[in-house]
Amino acid sequence: MMENLHISKRGLEKWLTQMIEADMHVFGPVHTSEKVDFQRLTSSEEVATDYVQTTQSVKRFAFPKAEVLFSYQKNGKETTLEEPDLKQIPETVLWKVRPCDVAGFAPLSGIFNWDYTDKFYNARREKLILISFSCTTCDEACFCTSVHGGPGNTAGSDIQITELPDGSVLVEVLTEKGSSIVKRFVTESEPAGEWVKENYLADVPVRFNREELHQKLATAFDSSVWKEQSERCLGCGVCAFVCPTCACFDIQEDAKGSSGRRIRCWDSCGFSLFTLHTSGHNPRTTQSARWRQRILHKFSYMPDRLNQTGCTGCGRCSRACPVDMNILEHLTSIANHG
Amino acid sequence: MNNLGRTAAQLLEEKSVALVLGFEEGSKGPRPFFCRKAEDAGRLILDERCNHNLATYLTKKELIGTDRVALTAHLPALRTILQLSAENQLSEDRLIVLTTNEKGEAVRFDRFEEISQYLADRPLELDPSDQKLIADLRKMTREERWNFWMAEMNKCVKCYACRAACPLCYCTRCVVEVNCPQWVQSWSAPLTNMEWQINRVMHMAGRCVGCGACKRACPVGIPIHLLTQSMMEDLNNEFGVVPGTPNEAGNVLSTYKVEDKENFIK
Repeated sequence: MMENLHISKRGLEKWLTQMIEADMHVFGPVHTSEKVDFQRLTSSEEVATDYVQTTQSVKRFAFPKAEVLFSYQKNGKETTLEEPDLKQIPETVLWKVRPCDVAGFAPLSGIFNWDYTDKFYNARREKLILISFSCTTCDEACFCTSVHGGPGNTAGSDIQITELPDGSVLVEVLTEKGSSIVKRFVTESEPAGEWVKENYLADVPVRFNREELHQKLATAFDSSVWKEQSERCLGCGVCAFVCPTCACFDIQEDAKGSSGRRIRCWDSCGFSLFTLHTSGHNPRTTQSARWRQRILHKFSYMPDRLNQTGCTGCGRCSRACPVDMNILEHLTSIANHG
Repeated sequence: MNNLGRTAAQLLEEKSVALVLGFEEGSKGPRPFFCRKAEDAGRLILDERCNHNLATYLTKKELIGTDRVALTAHLPALRTILQLSAENQLSEDRLIVLTTNEKGEAVRFDRFEEISQYLADRPLELDPSDQKLIADLRKMTREERWNFWMAEMNKCVKCYACRAACPLCYCTRCVVEVNCPQWVQSWSAPLTNMEWQINRVMHMAGRCVGCGACKRACPVGIPIHLLTQSMMEDLNNEFGVVPGTPNEAGNVLSTYKVEDKENFIK
């Protein structure tokens, strides 16, 4: 840890205001009608306060829902390719990210650098400055502590801020990136002194043992549990699209005559079309097979291949599911099964 | 056990049905529950919080199978069942519908005609706040309205929860899944998202029963139910289609008569 600071409520607002006024790309949680989601901030007052988690994760800042990989123009036998200029991606501050969202970048980076170094993801990820806020509240859907995270987990953050009861904050400066932000924009601060961060964090109980779950899943492929759990699943893409680690994508062509663009866009293993072969055969014909894939990918295949769990316990999928497919309930039932 | 639970338990015990599609208490309110055993019937609930339209599951053959099933339904699901029946999607002999009336008594329907009679004095009442939003949208200029919807479509992530939750979106291959060649661009961008919604709304013309499942399912809070509900008003004015009731002359989008006027084509 590089440095711990104590900053007043006013000092924190000033810090954020100065970043916004310096024309930096600062995104933070904002109330949008009935939801809270990340938007570009235009003032410090916009930042939402009374919420547990934003509806969507921040993965889109490194892995957008649709992005152009290249565009082309055919002239007779000649084809001209044009690639997006990744140097143009602006430095982007994500303000008030939750630790479980920051944790999502580790498995995402694992996937996008597994057998191929994805320059698009990496270019965007490098430009992110992650200023996380530790969690002082949680809800029933939260289970970060069961997947080796926690309400004050600093892994991956450049700076972590803990809100104290009097409105002042404890600031942990964790990386060089974080340090340069503090040097540039923090004008009022004092050394942190006696504050004990852990006293102010939410109490998120451990609900299952990740390693035990991993062992159970190794022999669960043919279990009846998948069908039992997934009967009410509608097969939409909500869980995958709000997830901070889901990285399935499709590659599509936007062709118009002799020119076009190739686009990478979000996809989901929960969609029936996802595994449909050109022959017409579909290896995952039922929703239960697709639900099984979702759980096994996150808690079995990713730990085996990438040494990462594909879940940060943020609970978004459970909160957003239209039919209450509660992942925590399903995981605990598998962990406690037989 | 409540009245409904007792009726459901009896149906399962007698083997009159293989499955009761109902609600149970979930982690954030009631959720769909596939009750297959009489001893589980005590978990069944049906109160005003049970707003998911369970008729969505009736057209999923891989879940329902070929056995007779029972479904617990509020008014929107009852309306859906009549619409699905008008579209030849349900077999009367394989469905028992249970509801609770205003007095809290369990009511059982074995015939679609009985549902029709029950609904006759319970016309569709749309939420006044939604009606106000539609009226506000109609007051806008075309450009303002377009900008409003494009801003909403910008939020869309194309998860298709609106399609999945809708009991009348039952095509085995949806237009957005026709990909040889790709008919509708599959990535999320404001214009392609709008293209999907226009497709959805046109296919819902005169079929939507106004249950609001699409709106409740949308993770990013787009008021997409206003599109289909606004269409109800147009169809009532243009074709006399009564909102929430199957149109006797057929669905407007799939019905054609030689004498239909074509003077709108310019």
